[in-house]
Amino acid sequence: MTAKVVTISSGKGGVGKTTTTANLAVALASQGQKVTCIDADIGLRNLDVVMGLENRIVYDLVEVVEGRCRVRQAMIRDKRLPELYLIPSAQTRDKNSVSPSDMIALCDELRPEMDWILIDCPAGIERGFRNAIAPADLVLVVTNPEVSSVRDADRIIGLVEAEEKGPAQLIINRLNPALVKRGDMLTAEDVLELLAIELIGVIPEDENVVISTNRGQPVTLDGKNRAAVAFHNIARRLRGEKVPFMNLEEKDGFFDRFARLFRTGGSNA
Amino acid sequence: MPNLLELLTGRKPASAGQAKQRLQFVLQTDRTNLTPKMLADLKDELMQVISRYVEIDPDTVNISMTHEGREHRLVADIPLKATHR
Ligand SMILES: Nc1ncnc2c1ncn2[C@@H]1O[C@H](COP(=O)(O)OP(=O)(O)OP(=O)(O)O)[C@@H](O)[C@H]1O
Ligand SMILES: [Mg+2]
Repeated sequence: MTAKVVTISSGKGGVGKTTTTANLAVALASQGQKVTCIDADIGLRNLDVVMGLENRIVYDLVEVVEGRCRVRQAMIRDKRLPELYLIPSAQTRDKNSVSPSDMIALCDELRPEMDWILIDCPAGIERGFRNAIAPADLVLVVTNPEVSSVRDADRIIGLVEAEEKGPAQLIINRLNPALVKRGDMLTAEDVLELLAIELIGVIPEDENVVISTNRGQPVTLDGKNRAAVAFHNIARRLRGEKVPFMNLEEKDGFFDRFARLFRTGGSNA
Repeated sequence: MPNLLELLTGRKPASAGQAKQRLQFVLQTDRTNLTPKMLADLKDELMQVISRYVEIDPDTVNISMTHEGREHRLVADIPLKATHR
């Protein structure tokens, strides 16, 4: 067994990296895979609460790289699934306590025992980002269908390429079908055309994500809702399966199509 | 100018089209480090250089940016004036 290291990045903050990391980890683990996720957001620890494991932390990432505990001791096992582990970030340290080569060494140690290592990348393009992508075999870029998030995603995609970690693959998160239908949100096709990289999944805006995060139970754990299905589909695509993209668009009536035709005509003029 | 549908429904045009257009513009600038002002200056200087060698009509010169996927390309179309005078 040798794990594939996947880093979940975005550029802009708050677009859903941590949510995506937690849910992909749960999806992969529930598909029988051995998964460790690493919170690389030093100083802004969050993956632990999103996964609901915050009160089981003993050691953290910085203590591991400083050799103050063994890797195994810092891995919190998620008891809800057979083989899911979390290495939490350090809350009171700064991002320079870890270097890119520390991350590579850590992942190399874990690789033989895991199928997947998922790294939750901090926002931004500084040290934390370099740390998170250094060991990556694949970088996923999360974006929302709105201007600043797409712009920052483009920057990250370029940097990933420059670091020879590309081509990155795209996750579009928080797509709101009602807004898309009205013509007030970029479609998945628009975003894809702008960023020109491969798409690995589209996750709808879904209140179940908020509810499940409140409870510390990633939506993918038991969910049959659309967000959970979307995360499961991404996990299957990561594993090499060809999974058709779900249709998030709501059915159009005649008038909607007519109206949209008119409006695009107007805005292009 | 509101279009017919806006006049009929009182609604503003949908905003996604604008978002896309603005992003197309800003991504091109971000990726190439070439602002529209720089592109205009480049065009002027290029024409000066070329005019030293051949006769051209500034009004027919077209310098534009195209792209295929994430790769951008500067395309210069410079018609030459006929020399049989
Ligand atoms: N598909 C979704 N539907 C609804 N809410 C969502 C969705 N994805 C994420 N959210 C919400 O958006 C907020 C930000 O998500 P998250 O913390 O995962 O982002 P992040 O990219 O990790 O942020 P940061 O850059 O601060 O680390 C959270 O409140 C989360 O519950
Ligand atoms: Mg986060």
